[in-house]
Amino acid sequence: MALIDLANPARFLALTARILPWLATATVVVFAIGLYLVWFVAPDDYQMGAVVKIMFIHVPNAWLAMGVWAVMCIASIGTLVWRHPLADVAAKAAAPLGAAFTFLALLTGSLWGRPMWGTYWVWDARLTSVLVLFLMYLGVMALWRTVDDPSRAARAAAILTLVGAINLPIIKFSVDWWNTLHQPASLLRMGGPAIHPSILTPLLVMALAFLLLFFTLHLAAMRNEILRRRVRTMWLMQAHAAS
Amino acid sequence: MTLGPHAAFIVAAYAAALAVVIGLISWVIADHAAQRRLLAELETRGVTRRSNKEAA
Repeated sequence: MALIDLANPARFLALTARILPWLATATVVVFAIGLYLVWFVAPDDYQMGAVVKIMFIHVPNAWLAMGVWAVMCIASIGTLVWRHPLADVAAKAAAPLGAAFTFLALLTGSLWGRPMWGTYWVWDARLTSVLVLFLMYLGVMALWRTVDDPSRAARAAAILTLVGAINLPIIKFSVDWWNTLHQPASLLRMGGPAIHPSILTPLLVMALAFLLLFFTLHLAAMRNEILRRRVRTMWLMQAHAAS
Repeated sequence: MTLGPHAAFIVAAYAAALAVVIGLISWVIADHAAQRRLLAELETRGVTRRSNKEAA
């Protein structure tokens, strides 16, 4: 099957039906391995103690918070430039997932911050820019709901998504550009990771597990969105036939 | 395995993650069932998509 064939929603649905069970199984297996490593193998951190366990869910969700917006940006380009039939379906399906991952990044970060920093929240550049990202997810989701025509909603949401992409480098480099309470990057940085392999390995396995979870849920949500549009089309046909 | 003096924060973080993940999975499954049901209702009423008519 050529890649362009996936532009056909019917073929995409058929492919999704074949892939989803395997993807869901892989997600469960990788989560099981990751949680075993986190709870039974990874040592406590010499400074944080057992609170380091929160990092194994906080960091993957923080990466996904930004990654999902990047996926929405690519899909938005597909909507605006090529009017790809699945591009706006992909963007719309990704938004609630991105919002959930961002919410988890904020919440788990807050639960880590109280014992480590002595506070749940500070208005530093990293935390504030991630909160702005969360609000932007909610904004895009609200925009989809306020415009009836899916193609008009898709174009408006695509523009908002691409404008919002300016926040991604702000989040990433906020810890370098400003004096923040949030620590600087310890993995994706010049000179390589500053994390010991005994903690880095479980972290990467958990990141893979959350990534697989996103792929699984995104495909399932895209399938639902295609079905929703079929229902809408059939309603319109029924109303047209009745009039 | 001991979680130390901040066990409540660790447990709360994992409980929240579990709740959100279960919520997302439930939402996707419920939405799929709802769309399938709506499609079935419309087809029962004799409404078919243009592509289905052409295939027939």
